[in-house]
Amino acid sequence: MDRAGALAAAREVPGVPQDDDGPVFKEPWQAQAFAMALALHERGVFTWPEWAATLSDEIRRAQAAGDPDTGDTYYNHWLAALERLVAEKGVASRDMQHDYRHAWEHACDRTPHGKPIELTPADFHH
Amino acid sequence: MAHDHDHHHHDHDHEHSELSETQLRVRALETILTEKGYVDPKALDAIVEMYETKIGPRNGARVIARAWTDPAFRQALLDDATQAINTLGHVSRTGDHLIAVENTLQRHNMVVCTLCSCYPWEMLGLPPVWYKASPYRSRAVKDPRGVLADFGVTLPKDIEIRVWDSTAETRFIVLPMRPEGTDGWSEDKLAELVTRDSMIGTGLPRKPAELKS
Repeated sequence: MDRAGALAAAREVPGVPQDDDGPVFKEPWQAQAFAMALALHERGVFTWPEWAATLSDEIRRAQAAGDPDTGDTYYNHWLAALERLVAEKGVASRDMQHDYRHAWEHACDRTPHGKPIELTPADFHH
Repeated sequence: MAHDHDHHHHDHDHEHSELSETQLRVRALETILTEKGYVDPKALDAIVEMYETKIGPRNGARVIARAWTDPAFRQALLDDATQAINTLGHVSRTGDHLIAVENTLQRHNMVVCTLCSCYPWEMLGLPPVWYKASPYRSRAVKDPRGVLADFGVTLPKDIEIRVWDSTAETRFIVLPMRPEGTDGWSEDKLAELVTRDSMIGTGLPRKPAELKS
């Protein structure tokens, strides 16, 4: 994966926030979510048109539920689309995603402020 | 930003780490995709690193540029960085206790960190990937000159190198030396010279010639 792949994504997916050089992000997690979509696309899990359709569906859905259409929430929809396609393509079910989210939450809660957060098997038994 | 408001509300005692619901979802997906072999965390890191200068508000660069142009602000920053930065109206996170350490002709400062959930990325930008590797971190403490050389930074032998280890209570920002040939530059233009690496001391600010026209 390289800059060319990222630029292709930014070209083929409508609405990706960017400047003259390519995509820009407000927070690190947004770049991580962008990178995951890039990786799954490269693995052939979905095509960009498929991704764009799912993303625009998530945006429509959020706007129907009152999301302010300011562009600030673009990557929230991006993440929702990622979770949905990961489930629909049989990569990982919603239940599994839910379990991992909870495990991370547990890891976070038991990690003292100032220490790096690491996920351990025990975090799944709560 | 909407995701600032979706923190999970457990016991809010600030003794434990904090991740927003959104960050938890991102970590969950990354773990799953890694375990199932769909993504290589190193490849993800590489993509994110590629956008290092395109993430976040880059507040730190503005703070440094201000210190370079305004001697009173520079002094205030060195006296109490958190307070000085608050006067600029930047959002500072809970418990964000920041100390500015100044590079001089006699001393170079370098910052290492365990990458807890409170890493001040709004100020310093995206942390370098090697922060995740603890052997590198301990080597930075034992052999800072060697680590700096790995990053292509060679300092004269008579410059002392001081390494600061971030803790839960204290975070550091390096105030690099203003590059030569920048007399009369505006703050905005100076800010473009300030890299993430120069604010954690693993690099130096860009030189004027390195700026795109």
